[in-house]
Amino acid sequence: FGCPPGHFCAICTMCYKNVPQTDVSSRQFSHDTFEQPPMYVAVMTYLGYGIVTLFGYLRDFLRAVGLEKCHVAQEREEQKDFTPLYQDFENFYTRNLYMRVRDNWNRPICSLPGPIFDLIERVSDDYNWTFRFTGKTIHNVINMGSYNYLGFAENNEDFLKTVADKLRQYGAGVCSTRQEIGNLKIHEELEQLVADFIGVESSMIFGMGFATNSMNIPALVGKGCLIVSDELNHTSLILGARLSGATIRVFKHNNMHSLEKLLREAVCSGQPRTHRPWKKILIMVEGIYSMEGSVVRLPEIIALKKKYKAYLYLDEAHSIGAVGPSGRGVTELFNVNPADVDVMMGTFTKSFGAAGGYIAGRKELVEYLRSHSHSAVYASAMSPAITEQVMRAMKCIMGKDGTTEGIRRIRQLAENTRYFRAKLKDMGFIIYGDDDSPVVPVLLYMPGKVVAFAREMLKRKIGVVVVGFPATPITEARARFCLSASHTREILDEVLQQMNEVGDLLCLKFSRRKRSAFPDSVY
Amino acid sequence: MSAECIHMRERGVDWRYRKQRSSRGDAGCSWSCCRGDNQGVPTDRAGRMSFKNMREYLAWLYYQYLLITGIYVLEPWEKSIFNSVLFSAIAMVVYTSYVFVPIHVHLALEFFSEIIDGQPESAMALMN
Repeated sequence: FGCPPGHFCAICTMCYKNVPQTDVSSRQFSHDTFEQPPMYVAVMTYLGYGIVTLFGYLRDFLRAVGLEKCHVAQEREEQKDFTPLYQDFENFYTRNLYMRVRDNWNRPICSLPGPIFDLIERVSDDYNWTFRFTGKTIHNVINMGSYNYLGFAENNEDFLKTVADKLRQYGAGVCSTRQEIGNLKIHEELEQLVADFIGVESSMIFGMGFATNSMNIPALVGKGCLIVSDELNHTSLILGARLSGATIRVFKHNNMHSLEKLLREAVCSGQPRTHRPWKKILIMVEGIYSMEGSVVRLPEIIALKKKYKAYLYLDEAHSIGAVGPSGRGVTELFNVNPADVDVMMGTFTKSFGAAGGYIAGRKELVEYLRSHSHSAVYASAMSPAITEQVMRAMKCIMGKDGTTEGIRRIRQLAENTRYFRAKLKDMGFIIYGDDDSPVVPVLLYMPGKVVAFAREMLKRKIGVVVVGFPATPITEARARFCLSASHTREILDEVLQQMNEVGDLLCLKFSRRKRSAFPDSVY
Repeated sequence: MSAECIHMRERGVDWRYRKQRSSRGDAGCSWSCCRGDNQGVPTDRAGRMSFKNMREYLAWLYYQYLLITGIYVLEPWEKSIFNSVLFSAIAMVVYTSYVFVPIHVHLALEFFSEIIDGQPESAMALMN
């Protein structure tokens, strides 16, 4: 797993009992598990995809011959002699695999995405080519898919009073960019608050989380720089890296040997043809990877960064507010000085129930970004009501609003995470990721089971998000659960009981790990 | 089922508020332990699957076959095509093995026994 040599890690089965576990608040190493399924599962997954692909070819043939009506976009007769537009694998996959089962995605929600929500019922008469609404609403579906880690997606009037006041005072939109006339005092207050929260000198906020990554990385690096990024980084990081024009090298996920090898080669050989030294080396990692639930190995990366004199860009979209004893993210989880991370980035969409993102770090960095970032110059500033929502959520977490609600939510989330993960592992499902991350991917592997799982859970009034091929490797389709501080113990017990039944019904319990002797022990 | 089961009692403000709003659609608590019926596969008290008769078990096995081969996502006429192709292939395999495998096994045994016993025989014939 990439542990430094001469060191015992708690997942090495030999040394499990010998490792003294330090207290929960600080720990040295992250313990991710990526258990492999039995061989027959991989074989059956490929078999399933193969058979559906064959039928896809059959249907394409029928459409080409004219025996079947084509519902998707098609070239006109005059264009058939030119380069084909819809023959590549992606279009084939969409036409023949995704369309058959797309009732499991884009389900319309008609209420607040809290722990329980309402869905609009929709049915399809022609195998998911078109949908129609029956007019009924499915009430009180348990929400296991929203990024609502601390439960701030709520519509309680008392909590939202300040947000309503700001909406009344400032209106809904800002109608300008930060550099022109859109720089409100409330933005500067929030930036100061974010900097205090994280423990750095200063920060800057942006209106959109995705744009924070994709528009600011080009401002930080350019041609002649090297970006070393994890293989499972989010699309926004990849897009920002490509837009910047720097050279990109990829290292294996969370593998420190691979990263060190890359850094050594980069420092020794320099730029590709001229062998001049790189202007900057930027290591891009995420705090929690949202598809795996794994946590970055921060102390080791910081040691490597200092040794090879690189810079570190840490994307804490899922981890800010969700991990750490007081919600400060992975730097607190590993007891690392936030000043060691050069660029700390995060979003307000997940734990704070708002929208937007921030970049924080030293004052010089943030001042540079204020004038050179595309987002600051061209994008509209954050709406005042959303800014106030972030402020009240952050003050709640820090305890500045005078109540213990924030710390209660953080502890509830940590407890929910531990409980849910432990129970699922005991039942026999294969779960990826670290024990502390509130993102729980349950591996389903086969395409038929992925679809059946989503439909069965909806029949039992639990809404889950299942992810398949383009977002994950083709053999590792999964269902991703996002835990929340607003899930009570009864809600989790209900979900676990239904998971148990569905797991038996669909035969999803692939784990070959030894189960604990006392499955009902208190967590 | 009364409207005040334990799931409704220990609720926060939001949940109770929403329960009242939706009371015309739902008849009390909708969670499975209070509902008394089981959607899908029959389960006993501990949550394990229990099949009342062979027919249900066979239906579950057919469902597993649909899921594993990926046929589950196809339209019914495609399912029928695949099932008939697979069934005829299996039928041909069964027929071939029933009719021809004993003959082949018999011939193979004869061939190998001729090699093992045949050499001493021919040496004797040469000497005589």
